[in-house]
Amino acid sequence: MDLGARKLYLGYLIPGVAKTGRQSGDGMEQSGEHRIPADRATVWRSLNDPAVLARCIDGCQSMERLADNRFAATVKARIGPVRATFDVALTLARMRPPESYVLEAEVKGKAAGFGKGSAEVALADAGDGATLLSYRVVGRVGGKLAQIGARLINGAARKMADDFFSAFHEAVDPARSRTPATNPP
Amino acid sequence: MSAETGIGAAVKRREDLRFITGQGNYTDDLNVPGQAYGVFLRSPYARARINAVDAADALQVEGALAVFTGQDTAADGLGDLPCGWLVKSRDGSDMVSAPHPPLAVSQVNYVGEPYGLVVAESLAAARQAAERVDADFEELTPVVATARAAQASPIHQGLEDNLAYDWELGDEAATDAALSAAVHVTRLDLTNNRLIPNAIEPRAALATFDPTNGEYQLRTTSQNPHLERLVLSAFVQIAPEHKLRVVAPDVGGGFGSKIFVYAEETVVTWAAAKVGRPIKWTAQRSESFLADAHGRDHVTHAELGLDEAGRFTALKVSTTANLGAYLSTFGSSVPTYLYGTLLAGQYKTPNIHVRTHGVYTNTAPVDAYRGAGRPEATFVVERIIEAAARETGRDPAELRRLNMIAPEDFPYQTPVALVYDTGNYQASLDKALRLADYAGFGQRRAASQAAGKRRGIGFSCYIEACGLAPSQLAIQLGAGVGLYESGEIRVNPTGSVTVFTGSHSHGQGHETTFAQVVSDKLGVPFDDVEVVHGDTGRVEFGLGTYGSRSLAVGGSALICASDKIIAKGTRIAAHMMQAEPDSVAFEAGAFISGNQRLTLQEVAFAAYVPADYPPDLEPGLSEKAFYDPENFTYPAGAHIAEVEVDEATGVVQLANFVAVDDFGHVINPMIVDGQVHGGLAQGAGQALLEHGIYDADGQLTTGSYMDYCMPRADDVPDFTVDTTVTPCTHNPLGVKGCGEAGAIGSPAAIINAVTDALGTEDITMPATPEQVWRKLRGL
Repeated sequence: MDLGARKLYLGYLIPGVAKTGRQSGDGMEQSGEHRIPADRATVWRSLNDPAVLARCIDGCQSMERLADNRFAATVKARIGPVRATFDVALTLARMRPPESYVLEAEVKGKAAGFGKGSAEVALADAGDGATLLSYRVVGRVGGKLAQIGARLINGAARKMADDFFSAFHEAVDPARSRTPATNPP
Repeated sequence: MSAETGIGAAVKRREDLRFITGQGNYTDDLNVPGQAYGVFLRSPYARARINAVDAADALQVEGALAVFTGQDTAADGLGDLPCGWLVKSRDGSDMVSAPHPPLAVSQVNYVGEPYGLVVAESLAAARQAAERVDADFEELTPVVATARAAQASPIHQGLEDNLAYDWELGDEAATDAALSAAVHVTRLDLTNNRLIPNAIEPRAALATFDPTNGEYQLRTTSQNPHLERLVLSAFVQIAPEHKLRVVAPDVGGGFGSKIFVYAEETVVTWAAAKVGRPIKWTAQRSESFLADAHGRDHVTHAELGLDEAGRFTALKVSTTANLGAYLSTFGSSVPTYLYGTLLAGQYKTPNIHVRTHGVYTNTAPVDAYRGAGRPEATFVVERIIEAAARETGRDPAELRRLNMIAPEDFPYQTPVALVYDTGNYQASLDKALRLADYAGFGQRRAASQAAGKRRGIGFSCYIEACGLAPSQLAIQLGAGVGLYESGEIRVNPTGSVTVFTGSHSHGQGHETTFAQVVSDKLGVPFDDVEVVHGDTGRVEFGLGTYGSRSLAVGGSALICASDKIIAKGTRIAAHMMQAEPDSVAFEAGAFISGNQRLTLQEVAFAAYVPADYPPDLEPGLSEKAFYDPENFTYPAGAHIAEVEVDEATGVVQLANFVAVDDFGHVINPMIVDGQVHGGLAQGAGQALLEHGIYDADGQLTTGSYMDYCMPRADDVPDFTVDTTVTPCTHNPLGVKGCGEAGAIGSPAAIINAVTDALGTEDITMPATPEQVWRKLRGL
């Protein structure tokens, strides 16, 4: 579960539409880019805002900032037949606001397994006040997640990323900022 | 006796009615009052230090009764799980055994290794509580790949490296010299893929403890309950043997994986007394993938020398065998004594040397799986012979025939320790060639080609050694147990017969076959014979079922016990008939002297109601025998596979398969056919479909049926199965054993056919469509 969660997190942070997804026997790799209708500063700020993240991550039950660059979250997620509540530790590293950073995630799901991974996230001006977010995620899962979820994880990560970005769109879109999207519980 | 039910009759299996009507008596079907449920905590890491296991939250779950960890079992003095065969390295040193605690104490060494047991009132509560156990692991770098394990840093603290042993057999210098002098040397690198057993019934245990008398009872999915009791008593020290009863009720398949003494049954038994409640544990399928002992997993380099005429002059084999994280119960013996000794195959190769490096890795323990060493040996011998035939432009069948041990050569001493007692390998090959229509293969190949498919044919003339024996030799070679079998025959006062065997049926049909044997031997109706097995409380002792030994060893014990029944009955009958015992003959269930005749039933009644009875004879008519074979038995046969490869998709269709096997005398041909069919399907699974894969992190990525591909009915053809017969020379039934042959011979035959179709030797098992498709395109 951890890994799935981790991938999911990475996905949250990074992808809109995953352009490539690959899974070898030795871990997951995904990359993609997403156009976000907000300027870089807004996108950067939102990506570092636990409240925004919590709202955009499906199944997020809590999101807490432990330090400037560290977050702890609890996320209920399901990957194929594996469903569990995951403890997620997120660390933001190599911060170059508002251009790029690396998100490191460690996900623990107790009996469901674990995950580890990192996402390189880059922001670029896309014109018209929009931002192009590109990402590359590498990760691996272990325990039950790897045993029965391995082949499902790319798909699950992609879906979580898509879900994240559609929520994130709404959260940062200035046109919608008066009525922020509410995520289903 | 009766043609319908005696030896040689295709009697329908009497046990099948209950199996196919859902009335089987499997461990998970059993329930006892007050029963609680166990769920094991399993490592998600391939290798990690256990810093702490916090069960406080788990114990808050309603219905949670206890959480035990390795610290608890260690503190209570629970012993390690032993390996039952001490293999010595070539330098004479003992193999290096890594301690194997039933629950991991300070370090976990493979994904799925149990480090705790949660016990609760219900299964749901146990699972819920298990979810709440918080274990703090510190991940360590695992060692996974078989070929590189020996050089990697040691996975076990205190061990110098990951080498359990460096074993050899045969004359290396002579083999090297013969290879140097050979006219042609064929060299081949081979991988024998890791398999996961997948018995239809997952492992399970139901343990009870009776505080009024201190007795434990363990009902479990075991192929050999007496061995389980012996190990749990003598090594793990849960309870002395007289206070521990192990019952293996109906068991739904084993294939070797239920021979071993595992952590789960052990800990559940121990915990039943600690909790003061019966505890049931049944593996989920995903647990079976992780924690049943796996099979095979060899990496091998082999060299075969040939002279001008094509005669084999030498075979040199170097194998690295993955033993997993710990030495399972018989794991050490499989890639050594059950492998190296079989490398002569059916051939007169004069010089053979084999060296096996047994290595530890952070993967599930590897142990015997249907064939156990012999499929690996057959794969080496039969693959390299096929390659040699191609390299030297010889017909693969004729190259084999040229080198085969001839009928007049028996008994034949191989260069790798075994003495084959009998056989006629040419007869099986001839019959197989005829049944496979070898002469017509060219036409079939052309027809396939016209349809855009490539056709290939492959051979495998395997030999196996069954009924491991004799005990004294095996023990000298490191076996920790004897290899005899016990049998007891009780002729009840009314003449019905209860048979007790130390052998165990988990699908083989003992209740039918053994009843046929005893019914035939004693001349009593088949329906009057009941076979009891799998219960240490009812059967005196036994070594269970593995290595295709049941009939050859266990059946022979019943013949010996029957002989004692007849001898005693003869004395009773002689007294009753006022005849000399020497004048009394036993025929078709009756004692006959002159024109007098007494049935076994009449004699049995007299034995229990001794009104007219020899004064110097004990009452009763019940006899026991322990049969210790003087040699292995050597089933052998010729398998021919024909495949069709779809060039567009890479799919390999097993188009035809012929198996001609020599099992000696056959008691029940229907059961033998069924055993062969099942074995062939498993062999086809290994060759084409099945592969247990760990990723570089040691995660099992083939841990469910989504990723681990089992053979289905449409993956195999309608097998052509036939037999030849050279009776075993040293057991009273003349039988050899048939349980593993299909899985031993077939992988090499199928891969030989695939490589024939593709024109390359570079195909590894399983020959999946992806691999074949790539090879077809030179990728």
